[in-house]
Amino acid sequence: MKGPGRFLLTWLALGFVFLYAPIVILIIYSFNASQLVAVWGGWSFKWYGELLRNDQVLSAAWLSVRIAAINASLAVILGTMAGLTMARFGRFRGRLLFSGMIAAPLVMPEVITGLSLLLLFVAMEQAIGWPGGRGMTTITIAHVTFSMAYVAVVVQSRLSGLERSVEEAAMDLGARPGKVFFVITLPMIAPALVAGWLLAFTLSLDDLVIASFVSGPGSSTLPMVVFSKVRLGVSPDINALATIIVLVVSICVATAGWIYARRERQRALDARMAVQAEEGAA
Amino acid sequence: MTDAAAGEPGSVGRAGAALGRRLRARLHRSGKALVTAVPYAWLLLFFLAPFVIVLKISLSEAAIARPPYEPLIEMLEYGVVQIRLAFGNFGYLLSDPLYTVAYLNSVKIAAISTLAALIIGYPMAYAIARAPAGWRGPLLMAIILPFWTSFLIRVYAWIGLLNDTGLINSALISIGLIDEPIRMIRTDFAVYVGIVYSYLPFMVLPLYATLERMDESLVEAAMDLGCPPWKAFLAVTLPLSLPGIVAGSLLVFIPAVGEFVIPELLGGPDTLMIGKVLWQEFFNNRDWPVASAVAIALLLVLVVPIMAFQHFQAREAAAR
Repeated sequence: MKGPGRFLLTWLALGFVFLYAPIVILIIYSFNASQLVAVWGGWSFKWYGELLRNDQVLSAAWLSVRIAAINASLAVILGTMAGLTMARFGRFRGRLLFSGMIAAPLVMPEVITGLSLLLLFVAMEQAIGWPGGRGMTTITIAHVTFSMAYVAVVVQSRLSGLERSVEEAAMDLGARPGKVFFVITLPMIAPALVAGWLLAFTLSLDDLVIASFVSGPGSSTLPMVVFSKVRLGVSPDINALATIIVLVVSICVATAGWIYARRERQRALDARMAVQAEEGAA
Repeated sequence: MTDAAAGEPGSVGRAGAALGRRLRARLHRSGKALVTAVPYAWLLLFFLAPFVIVLKISLSEAAIARPPYEPLIEMLEYGVVQIRLAFGNFGYLLSDPLYTVAYLNSVKIAAISTLAALIIGYPMAYAIARAPAGWRGPLLMAIILPFWTSFLIRVYAWIGLLNDTGLINSALISIGLIDEPIRMIRTDFAVYVGIVYSYLPFMVLPLYATLERMDESLVEAAMDLGCPPWKAFLAVTLPLSLPGIVAGSLLVFIPAVGEFVIPELLGGPDTLMIGKVLWQEFFNNRDWPVASAVAIALLLVLVVPIMAFQHFQAREAAAR
């Protein structure tokens, strides 16, 4: 099989320029001393300083991080259960509806999800008095609902790529299903759980539309604050904020990817060693 | 208890073991049921039930109240139940051209953006699929990485580039290619750029997945038999990658139709998209019933592509 030709390689390189140039330019301009966005006025950290003194941004960021962390943890638990159901439990009544409810949130326009959840919360409050008002709880519930679908897909694809022989061996040796899950399956799907957690965390941290619908007064998340500023045009302190977010996320994802790749390599190596040892013994 | 078990080890022990086995089997079954039931209940309550409520409120009348709509079902005196269905909201959507234009425009913008993403994404996916095996992982990672960084910020980055005084215009003017800035921001063009840019990873990933699985020797065979490369591509590669094309296109098209952030930030006042209309109906006009009717109509537009996507997802999962 021959490699990609010159045309494809050029196209790929241009594609990466398209994907990365806007972000790189944004980062460079966050160090711009000038108030005018299009004019370069020398290097400066002043917008970062301004950002750290902005209480509105800081409290919104703290709220967003808390929601994202709770959301990610709940979504991993629920999403793993859903992924396990889809990959391992075979047919059951209502499976079609279940798989539909897992796939639909992945593509559902956010305005629909946001509006429908808000109307549900309002109706529930009228009927049973819960949730009292809207804020962190309602945003978290809304985020878990779409995040768990993403986690379920990640976990399901990991599970269906796994050999079942180890699980079956443990069952044959008399381990209970619960134990098999926690001792055998869980460690094997751990990378998927980490990826799912990170994905759910960033999805929540990023969501503007759904949070705008289901939040209440006094519970503005970071994207909501950013959006209200961005609507008025480009501003240098938003560039600084964007740079921080991009850097934090890239470092987290790159680290996770690196650990994942190393683990996979180690596993492949272990498997080869085991085969060689077996051949040596025979 | 211990004494009794010790006194008659045979029968009691056997009965106990049998009981234990049965208990364990039941526990296993109920444990399995619980694993399914918890996420199932969550999705029923927070994903499916809301749609029923949206449908209900789309059929009620707006009112100055909290919440701002009339109840659909009212208990009158003597146990008479009154149900009022106001189909007026849907009639309103049909009678005011704003909504029809917004729907058609959303579908048009989403379709053109999807096609553009396909044209840009296909060669990228093909290049990665044919790259040396060790390169594919990092290249894919580089495609996915922008998706992890904030969507809002990626859209925002384009404001600075497309502005009249933005980077692209300044650069073009400074090299003397143009004298006046080209108007790009607050046009449909900016919306296309924003959608393609934001959703490109969704197009590339499924395309890569099918192209990578494809048997390259088929293309080689076609070329050995005298087929020119472009014809081999059209006759072999393109049809074989059709599943990836369908999946990627749906992943871009469906969310793009209901997009709000991109037309709001990059589009102009005349860039009508249905997600924006829904948002304005809800937040600016506070007309919850009409906003609900807009949402139901949007769902109707999307129900066929969403079903297709779900069908596709299930088939892919079965094929693995």
